[in-house]
Amino acid sequence: MSVNARTMSDDELFYGHKACPGCGGALVVRQALKVLGKDAVAALPAGCMSATGFNFPQLAFANNAMITPFAATASVLSGIEAGLRAQGIKPDGCTVVGFAGDGGTADIGLQALSGAIDRNDDVLYFCYDNEAYMNTGIQRSSETPFGASTTTTPAGPSHPGCVTGKKDLFAMVAAQGIPYAATASIGYPNDLLKKVEKARDIRGTRFIHVMAPCPVGWGFPSSDTIALGKGIVDCGLWYLAEYEDGRFTLNRDPGRFASVADHLRSQSRYRALTDADIVTIEAHRDQVWQRLRQRCSCESS
Amino acid sequence: MRRFISGNDAFAEGVRLARPHVISAYPITPQTTVVEALSSMVEDGRLQAEYLHVESEHSALSAAMGASATGARTFTATSSQGLLYMAECLTYVAGGRFPVVMMNANRALALPWNIYGDQRDSLALLDHGWIQLYVQDNQEALDAALMAFAIAEDSRVSLPFMVNLDGFALTHTYEPVDVPDQAAADEFLPPYVTANKFDFDHPVSLGYSAGPEFNRYYAHAHHRDMVAAESVIDEVEERFAARFGRRYPGLVEAYRCDDAETVLVTLGSIAGLVRDVVDELRAEGRPVGLLRIRYMRPFPAAAIAEALRGASAVGVLEKDISYGAEGTVFTNVLSALARRGSVPPVRDFIGGLGGDDITREQIRDAFAELERAAAGEQYVDPVMFLGGAA
Ligand SMILES: Cc1ncc(C[n+]2csc(CCOP(=O)(O)OP(=O)(O)O)c2C)c(N)n1
Ligand code: SF4
Ligand SMILES: [Mg+2]
Repeated sequence: MSVNARTMSDDELFYGHKACPGCGGALVVRQALKVLGKDAVAALPAGCMSATGFNFPQLAFANNAMITPFAATASVLSGIEAGLRAQGIKPDGCTVVGFAGDGGTADIGLQALSGAIDRNDDVLYFCYDNEAYMNTGIQRSSETPFGASTTTTPAGPSHPGCVTGKKDLFAMVAAQGIPYAATASIGYPNDLLKKVEKARDIRGTRFIHVMAPCPVGWGFPSSDTIALGKGIVDCGLWYLAEYEDGRFTLNRDPGRFASVADHLRSQSRYRALTDADIVTIEAHRDQVWQRLRQRCSCESS
Repeated sequence: MRRFISGNDAFAEGVRLARPHVISAYPITPQTTVVEALSSMVEDGRLQAEYLHVESEHSALSAAMGASATGARTFTATSSQGLLYMAECLTYVAGGRFPVVMMNANRALALPWNIYGDQRDSLALLDHGWIQLYVQDNQEALDAALMAFAIAEDSRVSLPFMVNLDGFALTHTYEPVDVPDQAAADEFLPPYVTANKFDFDHPVSLGYSAGPEFNRYYAHAHHRDMVAAESVIDEVEERFAARFGRRYPGLVEAYRCDDAETVLVTLGSIAGLVRDVVDELRAEGRPVGLLRIRYMRPFPAAAIAEALRGASAVGVLEKDISYGAEGTVFTNVLSALARRGSVPPVRDFIGGLGGDDITREQIRDAFAELERAAAGEQYVDPVMFLGGAA
């Protein structure tokens, strides 16, 4: 049975949290837990989801959950899994699952994540990517894209914003031979749900990198989160792919991309981009896609 | 069974007897042989535990926390830079009230880089909410491993426990050690039972955040239970003595302090040599004593004040220095004396840094210095580096 937006459970496991209206990250946690069910044990490091989900006495998880040190999502997951297994008390269908931000994954938590994959611990790791350190006030992370203004890469006379591009986590975890990895976006919920369901049923380390737009940090109306999550895929600045059994699959190849300029201009973080900057971004996108297409066999187009 | 083994091996035997579910550790000299010994025990089946080959100390302790949150009995070990690398996780584990047991092999801190023993590592982290015990010999190390789980996991305590062994002086030195049998250990140490864990029937959030309006409740409960650990330590030592016939003296060990005019206070393995010197000086008719602090947290302020009641001068001999101030043990001992309301002349002898020898002669000199202080000799700076200054 396959879960999709129509058939997914009405049971809420993440609610009553303090995330901003239109928060993409909160949708990742909520939707993933609907698929994983109430026996999921969740670990969340410092970041928006723990800051908004764990405020005593307003505790937003209906399943077992805990906060971890910022760098320690994956290692806490490994410990939880080992503890349950060593005592023989892990329920059938219990997923030990982490939800960490882009900073908590691509920057400070990368070492622990790599360690868990190396040991092939039986844990599912989500990176919800809002492309900056949002909880501390929109500072740059290594997933902040070129041209985005953040509070530590402010748009100014010398630069339109961040001058570096996104770290390729998907390729990095695949290079370690992880049993399952995927990219997804909350703008494509059925694709996301399908991947969560698949990851749930695979043993060993699984990793899903989900694009999770943030109205506050990106500068768009909170009603547009899903549209942005879809738009970023349609214009080719994000992609939906899987890595399984050593093979890459591109789940969606738009063929012709929607307008990058329209997508970027809908967010105030890109306010300082010139037309020339946009041409640079498009050229870089094309390079990324060339690499992706070489790496992946296409599932659809 | 009596065996001739190192401090690390003795500790590993104690951990084996405690039957932890999860061990998560990262190697660093001089801790390495304890995790090597545990790895072989897991490999050959003498110990049934999950051994997590983590990629750093930060992960070692955070994985231990995750395991403890499932109700598992959990062990880790480290030293020096590794302990500092864990520092962030120390407060998570303590604040989350997870009774993880750790062995720390006391070692100097870089720079200058140095692998030898002193106590700057653990003393720098005194305020991170862990119970801290300093042992004196290998038998005490093994016994402490067993007792640490009993004390940490007691529901009145629920706090992580750091057992400190002097690097090399204990970790790599061989002594005859009595290794209890498993049945006796099982009788002594009950399984870990706690409400502070994940529950699949009634799911919980663990280690959440608590704002200004609630934070002090957690801090106060942490402090209260750390203080309460004092009586639990006594109870557990009593049970241990009844079961194994070895009696430990509680949070401090006073040796010939009753009628002593000068007392040297210290921690760890150097207490053995100080004890010898006390006997020598006593034979010469000089009324000296030794106070060995076993637990730095909970801090036995009342027991220290009581043991030093009759002393006209008190010295602290310690392997650490809080730069620009004084030794951390000295600060704590002065606080115990000040709470009592009277502070005799005091001296702080800093020695053994980076594995430097503390000699019999230096200890004799320290007592001579205390005798001059007791006689009223003035001093400018109570902090003295043994062996002379730079
Ligand atoms: C060791 C440590 N360093 C820094 C911080 C401060 N901090 C808390 S959350 C955060 C940013 C989190 O960014 P990300 O992982 O992308 O999650 P987001 O807030 O965007 O959801 C930072 C820097 C911390 N809590 N711990
Ligand atoms: S700042 Fe962004 S990521 Fe954080 S809670 Fe608000 S919308 Fe979500
Ligand atoms: Mg982020």
